[in-house]
Amino acid sequence: MSPDTWTFDLASADGWINLVSAVFMVVGAVMSLGAAIGLLRFPDLLSRMHAATKPQVLGLFLLLASIGLQMRTWWVWPVLLVAWIFQLLTVPVSAHMVGRAGYRTKHLHRELLTSDELEAVVQKAAAKAAREDGSGDGPERQS
Amino acid sequence: MMQAVLAVTAVIFSLAATGAIIRIARGPSLLDRVLASDVLLAILGGALCVDMAVNRHLNNLMLVVAISVIGFIGSVTVARFVADRREQPSEP
Repeated sequence: MSPDTWTFDLASADGWINLVSAVFMVVGAVMSLGAAIGLLRFPDLLSRMHAATKPQVLGLFLLLASIGLQMRTWWVWPVLLVAWIFQLLTVPVSAHMVGRAGYRTKHLHRELLTSDELEAVVQKAAAKAAREDGSGDGPERQS
Repeated sequence: MMQAVLAVTAVIFSLAATGAIIRIARGPSLLDRVLASDVLLAILGGALCVDMAVNRHLNNLMLVVAISVIGFIGSVTVARFVADRREQPSEP
């Protein structure tokens, strides 16, 4: 069946499924466009990371759901679910690594942050490391 | 009618890929480029998904999963080995 013959005839269930999957496809594509606009317009790395996750999770979910609706079979849904769950598992890890490296190399506008809970942890770890260095060198540095 | 949906998504994906490529070319730091290339891979996977949905086949499904694996490994590796080589601490 060629894609030309597909209709959005709302009297039949087929037309409804076509309409829903078409809406999913367009919205999933708009997620990618939103990520690109966010990449171009946002000021620093951390806010660009916020925009970059849209097509990776919600956009991929909408597009995989449109595949499942168009295939009209049940066995394809577990395969699509596995693909989406794999993406859900890998995206937070890579976002964590990129955000951590961005914080360490100071790719952020500190005045744009509303709260920085990591700074207290970093300073505590730095103070602890300095204390351990000092106790190893000699008694005069212990304070 | 489905051809119209295909054309609309093709235009949107092309604009999104153009934006991501502009950010890769212009991005002030390495991490911006890594993030933009990750978005470009997501856009490519989305375009493959639209192709599968419109033409009703599943040939590209493993390719979509492989693209997500490549994006994950690439961004984690670059973020692990990134170092600060700039003089001033904040981005211009």
